[in-house]
Amino acid sequence: MSEERIRVLLAKPGLDGHDRGVKVIARALRDAGMEVIYTGLRQTPEMVVSAAVQEDVDAIGLSILSGAHMTLFPRVVDLAREAGLTDVIVFGGGIIPDEDVPRLKELGVSAVFTPGTRMDEIIDFIRKNSRRAAQPA
Amino acid sequence: MSTTEVGNRLQESEREWEERTLNPTLKRIPESKSEFTTVSLAPVERLYTPNSIPDFDYESQLGFPGEPPYTRGIHATGYRGKFWTMRQFAGFGSAFDTNKRFKYLLDHGQTGLSVAFDLPTLMGYDSDHPVSEGEVGKCGVAISSLADMEVLFEGIPIEQVTTSMTINAPASMIFAMFLAAAEKQGADLKKVGGTLQNDILKEYIAQKEWIYPPRPSMRLITDTIEFCTREVPRFNPISVSGYHIREAGSTALQELAFTLRDGIEYVQYAVDAGMAVDDFVPRLSFFFNAHNDFFEEIAKYRAARRIWHRVMVERFGAKNPRSWMLRFHTQTAGVSLTAQQPLNNIVRVAIQALAGVLGGTQSLHTDAYDEALALPSDEAALIALRTQQIIAHESGVVNTVDPLGGSYFLEKLTRDMEDGAFDYFRKIDGFGGMVEAIDMGYPQREIQDSSYEYQKAVECGDKIIVGVNDYVMSDEASATNLLQIDESVADLQAERLKKLRAERNNTKVEQTLKALADGAGGRENTMPLLLDCVRAYATLGEMCDALKPVFGIYQEPAF
Repeated sequence: MSEERIRVLLAKPGLDGHDRGVKVIARALRDAGMEVIYTGLRQTPEMVVSAAVQEDVDAIGLSILSGAHMTLFPRVVDLAREAGLTDVIVFGGGIIPDEDVPRLKELGVSAVFTPGTRMDEIIDFIRKNSRRAAQPA
Repeated sequence: MSTTEVGNRLQESEREWEERTLNPTLKRIPESKSEFTTVSLAPVERLYTPNSIPDFDYESQLGFPGEPPYTRGIHATGYRGKFWTMRQFAGFGSAFDTNKRFKYLLDHGQTGLSVAFDLPTLMGYDSDHPVSEGEVGKCGVAISSLADMEVLFEGIPIEQVTTSMTINAPASMIFAMFLAAAEKQGADLKKVGGTLQNDILKEYIAQKEWIYPPRPSMRLITDTIEFCTREVPRFNPISVSGYHIREAGSTALQELAFTLRDGIEYVQYAVDAGMAVDDFVPRLSFFFNAHNDFFEEIAKYRAARRIWHRVMVERFGAKNPRSWMLRFHTQTAGVSLTAQQPLNNIVRVAIQALAGVLGGTQSLHTDAYDEALALPSDEAALIALRTQQIIAHESGVVNTVDPLGGSYFLEKLTRDMEDGAFDYFRKIDGFGGMVEAIDMGYPQREIQDSSYEYQKAVECGDKIIVGVNDYVMSDEASATNLLQIDESVADLQAERLKKLRAERNNTKVEQTLKALADGAGGRENTMPLLLDCVRAYATLGEMCDALKPVFGIYQEPAF
């Protein structure tokens, strides 16, 4: 099979150390056959985007539980666009109030997954929306 | 009839019951699943009888409350003398905002304070550091210098309320600010009571808020233990915490075992630094989670006391009964709260809090129902406090000591917890200690495995979370009036820091910071040096930075 695996960068921008969720997602995506690169904690948006460029990923997943999502998610989106990653999807998760979600989507975050989301739902979302998966086989 | 004969006869009766009554019932109405498990995925049997706890000996395994092995509690009268301390963790925005919330909680009957700091503070950064952007005042209060600490306690007599501070990597710097603020109020440090979390091991294991590598961090901790024992004798210098280990996804047993093994590590380091066990161990305290599985949690607390007594006597040869008594704070499980149908969380919190009380906790924080969405609103914080007051005044569980003691189920769970914890101790001792086990990523991996297993159990429907994977409502009422923190806190902090740096004696600041770095390079206790820095209004970031060249910076191992 020559099918290329979907490559996902998972990152935790900001200062919070709550990495339970991101690590569970990392395992679930790997179990679903994706290539997962996890940056570790406390990455600046610049570091996240630079890793995304180097790793040639199809999707960037951001996890924040500290409340800094309105500052940091849009910054990653902007820097990714500036770096020419126009077909790379950026999605996020964490403790994110419902009313912030529409604004984040306006700012270019493709999807926001809050607590209680099934792992399948995230896997499906990436499969349907990432550029490698979207390519004809 | 001898005890063996009684035991044999009971086993026979149980077998007869199975044939006579159980098996026909099972044929008629099969059980709903093949295996029943706790929230930690530990198996639970259909029925517990004296057969489940062979060799049960009341005197040696339970004893009487206030006496070894403390299974039934550390007070002879339980809660009949006084209730647990109702201590709600609070902090957000600026020191001005949190000072107001503290006064609100004290006015409504709260009996102790507990400070939540924001992430920059927890990581040792000033509010105006570039990495603090977007985080200032968000998950706690922003404290960058003594000037902020003075505002935090303005109008609150530090000598009269006990204060708990959840701070770890920069614990000694924040503690120095707190003591300096107390001095400014004219408080006698010998009378100031409270608790510093100051538990760095669980940071590497679970919560991940670190600055320096484990060994220099352990030195800062032994310094605070030594200083507290001498100068602030009513203050608990560490709260050895399982809470965060559990929140990161461990089982109840892992929470218990890793926490108590962390406790052993702190005691060992302090002993190695020349302190006598009975001089400081009476002031160590613990902090556990209260999760959903009612009996498993109660067993965990009871086992914790029994294990600590055994460890203190057998491993450290402690002679002072106060060293043998494990005292602990409990907080309900934030991780169990759901963003869906948030009012359901009030019920979860009540059940969890009840487990903490039945387990004999010394103090309790009940989570606010909106915590899966934001920091608690005033209304949610008040209901959380009222939950404790209802348990204390209305439920009746406080009327007798350890009301569940002697339950076959509970005693079996307690025994299993104890055995399981000693198995983990042996494994961790095999690495050379907890610091070495952390270097190898052992507890971190154990927790990750458990959290993934649990998530899978939820997704396949083995574990039901009401409102999340069953009983889902499409247009549910969501919580209103969420507390929002805007960026004006960061602006205010930046302004205050600018003013502070302009007005203080900067030569004095540099001198004290240099003395701190020099002292840290040698063997001097760092606490008095930190107090000098703080009194000169050195900032948190400046103090933490001064130690980085001496101590180094922690990098998480890849695993």
